[in-house]
Amino acid sequence: MSFVEVTKYLLDGFWISLLIFAVTLLCGAPLGLPIAFCSMSRFKPVRYVSKVIVWIVRGVPLMLQIFIIFYVPGLLFDKPIFSELDRYFFKTYQIKDAGRIIAVLIAFTLNYACYFSEIYRGGIESISKGQYEAGYVLGLTKSQIFRKIILKQVIQRIVPPMSNEIITLIKDTALANCIVVSEIVMQAKKLAATKALVWPLFYTGVFYLLFVGLLTIILGKVEKKLSYFRS
Amino acid sequence: MALLEVKNIKKNFGKTEVLKGIDFSLEEGQVLAIIGSSGSGKTTLLRCLNFLEQADEGVIRVGEQTLFDSSDKVTLNDEAIRQNRLNFGLVFQNFNLFPQYTALQNVTLAPTLLKKGTAPENEDNARNLLDKVGLSDKLSNYPNQLSGGQQQRVAIARALALSPKILCFDEPTSALDPELTGEVLRVIRDLKNDGRTMIVVTHEMAFAKSVADVVIYMAEGVIEEMGTPAEVFENPQSEKTRAFLRGALEEYKENS
Repeated sequence: MSFVEVTKYLLDGFWISLLIFAVTLLCGAPLGLPIAFCSMSRFKPVRYVSKVIVWIVRGVPLMLQIFIIFYVPGLLFDKPIFSELDRYFFKTYQIKDAGRIIAVLIAFTLNYACYFSEIYRGGIESISKGQYEAGYVLGLTKSQIFRKIILKQVIQRIVPPMSNEIITLIKDTALANCIVVSEIVMQAKKLAATKALVWPLFYTGVFYLLFVGLLTIILGKVEKKLSYFRS
Repeated sequence: MALLEVKNIKKNFGKTEVLKGIDFSLEEGQVLAIIGSSGSGKTTLLRCLNFLEQADEGVIRVGEQTLFDSSDKVTLNDEAIRQNRLNFGLVFQNFNLFPQYTALQNVTLAPTLLKKGTAPENEDNARNLLDKVGLSDKLSNYPNQLSGGQQQRVAIARALALSPKILCFDEPTSALDPELTGEVLRVIRDLKNDGRTMIVVTHEMAFAKSVADVVIYMAEGVIEEMGTPAEVFENPQSEKTRAFLRGALEEYKENS
């Protein structure tokens, strides 16, 4: 296989890596917010349930969580939902791995939402009480205070830790190959197994590096744009 | 009739009694200075007036209106408290400006969100207020580009933007370097000359003496002494007041 052919073959997998990355970010980032609010709730049961969920999700390897999401419906209810979805999508739309990818997306979104929630919580709790009080004495409502005063300061503070997570996320997508989703590392492993080509496995690193480079530039720009004030 | 009437305000934090029944009243246009050592409850009293703390007992009246009555549940709901707060303005010890907004935006934010006037009206008003506190050249500066004294003056303009009936200051110069306290005290003095009703919790004895119409000395959660500056500073009746003023005087001499 030529270099160009290998590149194309790996790129097929990298689109799936990017899909997992994008969906996890788009769903996980908003989902983290209600989890963060639950973890800070004044209502004890809500706070405890939320903290236990975060503890479990952050305490168990993500690979294990992918296995659990993928296999448990079949084991517990005798309904392997995700394999059935695989077959259904392949039969009707000729799309491969759709069910497995959905399982991966659920596991990733849950996992990252919990990590994000802790970043949000840290950010929100780091804003001084005085900012809220200044809003209160000006007669603002709680929601105005959060939206117009607190939020932007929180965003400024969480950009660096969020950047870290986002960069970790693109590399974590490789874990999807544990249930044989054809992301880029899986594609390289297939080449190793079927064509005895090992070098594409190393070559995948270049894809990650380029994408992380791009992310670093974008996230750095965001950070810079928000640095006009110091809270 | 008094503009502000405070009756029997009590406040506990857990088992600690911080305010043990505070009564006083204030006429329109008067400046009240509250002095006392730390832990005497003076800041807590101010926070109760601004509803940042809810007093356990007591009544707060402004003009005809009862803003707070511990026995009247209607005055205790969130929306009533939010509305009633607008009778008071509060300037904090550490300014608490909003860092992501410019000086001008800090002043226009609340009037805009509360839909007090049109956008040009609010902006005009904010410009005038910032001009009044001597910052007309700092409108588009962010708080981190301003000195402490300048930040505090923006905070004063911000509080004035909602035209509160009574403007409160919680140790407005305590977080400032000594050379910056003057500019803030000058603004407060100007406001007095405009006839503003103000309550100033302060450690600046000389300032309290020269600006206040009424001075309250608080100790251990009660008003130990209340009177005109001449009465409290020249002829204190209580031994505690005398001891406190002696201490304050010595500190003043050491510093100067």
